[in-house]
Amino acid sequence: MSDLLNAFAIAGKAFFGFQAIFFALLAVGLNVHFGYTGLLNFGQIAFAMVGGFGIAISVSQWGLPFWVGVLVGILAAVVLALLLGLPTLRLRADYLAIVTIAMSEGLRLVFRSVSATPVTGGTRGLSAFNGDFIALAPWDTQHRYHILGTTWSGGELWVALVGWVLVTLFSLLVWQLMRSPWGRVVKAIREDEDAVRALGKNVYAYKMQALVLGGVIGAFGGMVYAVNTGSAIPDQYQSANTFLAYAALILGGAARVLGPVIGSMILLFILQFADTGLRAMISNGVIPSELLSSTDVAQIRFVLVGIGLMLLLVFRPQGIFGDRREVMLDAR
Amino acid sequence: MPAEPAAHGAHAARPDEPPAGSAPASAGTEKAAPRRLAQAALRDLPWEIGVAKPDPTVVVDGVTRTFGGLTAVSVDHLEIQRGGITGLIGPNGAGKTTLFNLLTGFDQPDTGTWSFDGRSLGKLSPHQVARLGVVRTFQLTKALSRLTVLQNMLLGAQGQRGESFLRALVPGTWRRQETENTEKAMELLQRFKLDAKSDDFAGILSGGQRKLLEMARALMSDPQVVMLDEPMAGVNPALTQSLLGHVKDLREEGMTVIFVEHDMDVVRDISDWVVVMAAGRIIAEGPPESISQNKAVVDAYLGAHHDAPLTVDDEDRVLAEAEASIAREGHPDQGVISSDRPHPRRTDR
Amino acid sequence: MTHAPHRARRHGRRTTTGQLLAADRPAPGRSGRRRTGRRPLVLSLLLAAFAIALATLVPGVANAAGESVTGTLQTSRSGPIEGVQVTVETAAGAEVDSAETDADGRFAIDVPGPGEYTVTLNAGDLPDAVQLGTNGDTVTVTVGPGRTQPVLFGLVDGSANSGGGTIRAVQLLVDGLRFGLLIAISAVGLSLIFGTTGLVNFAHGELVTIGAIIAWYVNVRLGVPLIPAAIIAMVGGGVVGALNELGIWRPLRRRGTGLVAALVVSIGLSLVLRYGIQIVYGGSSNPYGDYQSQRAVSYGVFTMTNRSLASIIISIVVLLLVALMLQRTRIGKAMRAVSDNRDLAASSGIDVNRVILFVWVMGGALATLGGVLLGLSDQVQWDMGFRLLLLMFAGVTLGGLGTAYGALVGSVIVGVFVQMSTLVIPDDMKYVGGLFLLIVILVIRPQGILGSRARIG
Ligand SMILES: Nc1ncnc2c1ncn2[C@@H]1O[C@H](COP(=O)(O)OP(=O)(O)O)[C@@H](O)[C@H]1O
Ligand SMILES: [Mg+2]
Repeated sequence: MSDLLNAFAIAGKAFFGFQAIFFALLAVGLNVHFGYTGLLNFGQIAFAMVGGFGIAISVSQWGLPFWVGVLVGILAAVVLALLLGLPTLRLRADYLAIVTIAMSEGLRLVFRSVSATPVTGGTRGLSAFNGDFIALAPWDTQHRYHILGTTWSGGELWVALVGWVLVTLFSLLVWQLMRSPWGRVVKAIREDEDAVRALGKNVYAYKMQALVLGGVIGAFGGMVYAVNTGSAIPDQYQSANTFLAYAALILGGAARVLGPVIGSMILLFILQFADTGLRAMISNGVIPSELLSSTDVAQIRFVLVGIGLMLLLVFRPQGIFGDRREVMLDAR
Repeated sequence: MPAEPAAHGAHAARPDEPPAGSAPASAGTEKAAPRRLAQAALRDLPWEIGVAKPDPTVVVDGVTRTFGGLTAVSVDHLEIQRGGITGLIGPNGAGKTTLFNLLTGFDQPDTGTWSFDGRSLGKLSPHQVARLGVVRTFQLTKALSRLTVLQNMLLGAQGQRGESFLRALVPGTWRRQETENTEKAMELLQRFKLDAKSDDFAGILSGGQRKLLEMARALMSDPQVVMLDEPMAGVNPALTQSLLGHVKDLREEGMTVIFVEHDMDVVRDISDWVVVMAAGRIIAEGPPESISQNKAVVDAYLGAHHDAPLTVDDEDRVLAEAEASIAREGHPDQGVISSDRPHPRRTDR
Repeated sequence: MTHAPHRARRHGRRTTTGQLLAADRPAPGRSGRRRTGRRPLVLSLLLAAFAIALATLVPGVANAAGESVTGTLQTSRSGPIEGVQVTVETAAGAEVDSAETDADGRFAIDVPGPGEYTVTLNAGDLPDAVQLGTNGDTVTVTVGPGRTQPVLFGLVDGSANSGGGTIRAVQLLVDGLRFGLLIAISAVGLSLIFGTTGLVNFAHGELVTIGAIIAWYVNVRLGVPLIPAAIIAMVGGGVVGALNELGIWRPLRRRGTGLVAALVVSIGLSLVLRYGIQIVYGGSSNPYGDYQSQRAVSYGVFTMTNRSLASIIISIVVLLLVALMLQRTRIGKAMRAVSDNRDLAASSGIDVNRVILFVWVMGGALATLGGVLLGLSDQVQWDMGFRLLLLMFAGVTLGGLGTAYGALVGSVIVGVFVQMSTLVIPDDMKYVGGLFLLIVILVIRPQGILGSRARIG
């Protein structure tokens, strides 16, 4: 029982922790791409990577101030979106999916390569670039705080606070955009871009704007992650993260302003709860160790995410918030 | 704004011809006038392919498009009269849709030039063509399913301030325009009897209603030329009549209409001029009456029929007519077009 | 977060296995460490220590005792390297411990608990001829609770890039051809499935893995020779393909699930299978029991092990058979017809569902064979298929999604390009080259090499 409570508390922390913010920002960006514009971007993690490394490289390699690093991260995301969009936005959805995932893997390989080591730190990555930011916290960052049975360091709390402010701001931005004529065009592109072209809209430009916007939001996710962990390592930015963000988005409901946010929180809660719960049950002997060892737990979580993703799409494609009628209209 | 100069153009085209030449006596039907004008302007033209029109708005020159070995479109010269309804007919696979795609920038030809009001459209992308006032609808209706009917309509409006990313963030800059557009959209929806559905998702509309919506949406942009690809296909007969009425209305507002249709009755009813395509070429053009007498047309439909069954029921009627006229005229000249049967090609992926 | 697929290394590893063996051969005309033009194969002798660094995003919570990191430093020429200092630090940069490698080149360092660690070797301690490989002097690993985490530095013995230009090019061409054919075999099913159902199957890589692993269990655990084991695996792959179709995709088609939704479902399936496999098979890479200790045979301008040669021959024969089947047999023609136009095929009396089922069975069996060939050259690993998936996509997309022959052409181009690109770009970036090629071709010809343009209106 106490194990269960403990698992609940730890999962509760995950509900609000920086990883939920990370996935929320990735998924808010994906919501702009996929939920509203219909762009099947499977390379979202690359935006997070250039965001995180934007700060890391600027601060620890070039010695620039932290906020310049943030600007560099945003700029890098914009450039990446443009580079990616120029050749691929004319492609069909499935081609775009392949190219974006290829791009994100390619970029990660470049970042971790020996040739890039002088800049990115190679496989080892970079660290010690978040000091300026943590120092801004209005409370003692060394102290540990106990909130509802969970323990947070002052730094963690600070990152989480700023992170949730970011999530709120971006959600408001998306909300405002999607109720404007701009949002109408973008949603129409999701439905049928040729029809939108025939009505005199420059579809390419709109897709590009959406790609840049969602990419920059994703880059902020990467920054939050890097700042919280204090390190930026290329191998942290695996494409599986993009899939998890998709799972969060679909869980919460695509094309809903709050869908990706709530989806990420719930997803992280479930993942952490399953993780802690399973480990506890294994160490208690509730689950016989021949069946499952604690080393398997990390994998089990992905199996669960996979199953969840499949079941959601088949039985509740609208997610938690979506409107089933609306989703069923989806002709694709 | 586009409607006005077009109407003006129709008049300017034939200043010498007395408007009363064939105008109805009843003065109240001022709406009917443009139709008569276009018809009158076209009346004395020779029935030959590529004939120059008195006041052409769209001019096509030497446009060809091939898919692999198949020549889908090969048009030497074609002019479309301003302010008239031009029917484009031809068996399936004749290249009508492809021609539409080329004219509206959705596809690039291998060779050729084409212009709208003297302005070359060759290098323009679809949205640029649309902004000039040439809008089209699609053979397979493209209702934007997960947008409401009203949103579909609003999308058609041109020059919206709120469609720019930055201004979208400041609702003050686009609210008024949005209200105006909404009024206009509701008016149009009323005309098309869709106003009751304005808040429903377009995806739940029936096939016929979607066709209506697509047409209404196109009209939101105040176009000068409207290109309708099989607007009546799949529409039930009751709706067909109202659709036909709308198409005629367009002409009366001074727009130029080009439409693809298979039902010869419809074509005869509303078009001022008919262009017949087969195997990518224009094989005849002339006023509607001339078409059923045209031997090339008859051959085309017959040839196509022998090789590939026409899917649209209506064409059977055309075919029956054709065969009847052949029976009257004697031996048909076979094998000219029949060998160019439409190849079913991989598409869509 | 998940694994750290050492994608960049994989290829090197494959060649390495061959090269290590080649180096064992008494080489006439070779003196000491000087290479000669006739030994182009001995290029980049990467260390053959295999590891999966499980970089988990969510660090383990529970504490289990006895975690450590371990590894072996050696290259084929230098042998085990003794006396190199290896240091382990926590992610935050605090030193945990350091140790020197023993006479076998081994090191083992205990770490205080599960989590992320960086392992650094002192490059100055390495012999002159040995250089750092693609991983540099530092490797980041995530140690699971209770695990002994292997660390792979991927040292090279300094002979890389010193081969004569053309000879090296020929060697790479041959190796690229083998790799490309292997991709092609695996990707035929991917392309045909897309052609017949419109599904972009992100779980296709797992078919490859499943094949390699079935063969491994049958071969290593049950002691069945590899060739019958591969045939058993292919049967298994066909069954898995059929189960895919019957259990998931056919019901989903019936429900009218959209293509994008189906694509995401396939991603979910890929996660389930991939991590399920890892739970069952584990995270280590293992070789097959047979054909491991072969030596490279010289063919004048290039050298090749017999199993590489066999891999090429098997690939070509199988691909020819597939082509013959598509061209000549009833079912093959039906496949092409369904691929071409499903509705038309259905209306002309073809049982579309049966054809699709056949495509899945065939695609599954072929992917399985691809997996066995890959396992033969690269060893068997739980995520080998997923790592191959992107290259399969690259090949299939290059050729034009949905066309069977396009997949062949595209895959071979990708394989050769990836290998040959190491002439100009560093070895650890060669996949980037392949992905770059994909993007470039799509810009020039969005429909792929053999594909046809989508129709509008
Ligand atoms: N994208 C395409 N790829 C290959 N062939 C095409 C494509 N689009 C049209 N075609 C071919 O061009 C010919 C003309 O087609 P289309 O213009 O649709 O005819 P219509 O609209 O008159 O029925 C047909 O044979 C068709 O198969
Ligand atoms: Mg057509």
